[in-house]
Amino acid sequence: MPAFPSGVRRLSAALAVAQAAALLPAVAIAADDKPKIDSGDTAWMIVATALVLLMSIPGLALFYAGMVRKKNVLATTAQTLATVALVSVLWVVVGYSLAFTSGTSVIGDLSRFLMAGLKMDGVHEAAKTVPENVFMMFQLTFAAITPAIVIGAAADRIKFSAMLWFMGLWLLAVYCPVAHWVWGGGFLQKAGVLDFAGGIVVHINAGVAGLVLALVLGPRRGYPADNMAPHNLVLTVAGVSMLWVGWFGFNAGSAVAADARAGMAMTVTHVAAATAALAWMFAEWATMGRPSVLGIASGAVAGLGTITPASGYVGVGAALVIGLVAGLACFYASTTFKRRMGYDDSLDVFGVHGVGGFIGTVMAGVFATSVIAGPEVKGLIEGNGQQVLTQLYGIACAVALSAIGTWVILKIIDVTIGLRVTPEQEIEGLDINLHGETVH
Amino acid sequence: MKMLIAIIKPFKLEEVREALTGLGIQGLTVSEVKGFGRQKGQTEIYRGAEYAVNFLPKVKIEAVLDDALVGRAVEAVQKAASTGKIGDGKIFITDISHAVRIRTGETGTEAL
Repeated sequence: MPAFPSGVRRLSAALAVAQAAALLPAVAIAADDKPKIDSGDTAWMIVATALVLLMSIPGLALFYAGMVRKKNVLATTAQTLATVALVSVLWVVVGYSLAFTSGTSVIGDLSRFLMAGLKMDGVHEAAKTVPENVFMMFQLTFAAITPAIVIGAAADRIKFSAMLWFMGLWLLAVYCPVAHWVWGGGFLQKAGVLDFAGGIVVHINAGVAGLVLALVLGPRRGYPADNMAPHNLVLTVAGVSMLWVGWFGFNAGSAVAADARAGMAMTVTHVAAATAALAWMFAEWATMGRPSVLGIASGAVAGLGTITPASGYVGVGAALVIGLVAGLACFYASTTFKRRMGYDDSLDVFGVHGVGGFIGTVMAGVFATSVIAGPEVKGLIEGNGQQVLTQLYGIACAVALSAIGTWVILKIIDVTIGLRVTPEQEIEGLDINLHGETVH
Repeated sequence: MKMLIAIIKPFKLEEVREALTGLGIQGLTVSEVKGFGRQKGQTEIYRGAEYAVNFLPKVKIEAVLDDALVGRAVEAVQKAASTGKIGDGKIFITDISHAVRIRTGETGTEAL
């Protein structure tokens, strides 16, 4: 291997160019050195960031708030709000660095600790036409919504302090590694796992963590016999609507460009949401006699979560199929299956996000088409069956870390400060006991 | 004096009010209540979880009357509130020992 001589030759050439450049102060630096920030892409990404943040506050907050009992509604919204705040701070201090710097195959390094080295004209590898601070903020909104989704499984019974500890530790020990593996240059990305906007990083991750949380915490007092009906589904519908619209930022924004790929991602996202909403609605109508508002709303969320990993790789036809399967499968998982298994996943974090994320990630491997995804990406429909196996590999790795990591964190918190409120607090309600506030 | 307490279906309130004021009754109190009798509630379903809702919304009317009016008032309320179906409600009569009009201090049937 001719290392030394050619290295010297290259170095001399570089020095010559640098000398020449230094002598011509008005001449622009060579084209490949300076990142080309595109104002269209940047404008879209700033908007997408705002849309995704809206999905958390108040989208997810309202979605969950409407589904819990009135005595716990403020505690539920407090959880979402505090999670967004906590994750935001942790992300800019160390989370972004752990997820998106090169580091090792398993985790990033601390080169962006407290945003060290973040330049106004710098970009991240994954989004070369957008300033790095915008990319970092866009990713922050994903990091914020994922743990906020998880907490739905603990509704009505988790201590606020325990929740804060859990959110912080889970972000750093579970979310950041998985994000690094799939999007930050880690081993799953290198293996060719397709996850356009977060089927693995967000939905499977949150879904599995939610299931573990529900199992470790145990069911709500009185579950399943007591009446725990949603106290105000108007809030839930308002929340789902914000999630639906905001999801355009989530999926189309993951194209990190203002182009046809983003437009197609928006299209398939919308089609899948609509199809899944109808599928759940009709399935419920047929099996339970009446179509419920909660069902239509839940179906939409199921479709949105399921299309997420596939949104940049598939076309409208695939979106229709994905939406149909998502609506039916998540309906089954959130009703019959959950009841049969006996766990109390209060807000169906696993039934909707976990199951949806799994289906969507596999479907990405089935329906990915190079016409939309670019020449290196082919799914089963274009003869590349290996992609489906790669997807399953990615899912398995994420499930393992999410399940084990969540379990360990919960056990640590339970042994130190305790996870669950007292029976009296649970019966009386979290709002008055944990926050000293009520909605009258 | 007697108090007439009627528990009726909410949509019958206007009819019953008109029937009572038609007899010359000058005041009554209305509250929204929940209850059940022989009429069973509905079943609500949320993501497959079924909840039987045992209480139904009703309206309670309370009117204090002169003894002489009681018979006609009961008849009027029953006629106005009836649909012929289960859940129409009930009428109770209790004794009232004293009544005062706050503004003027009048007592007894003068206060009604």
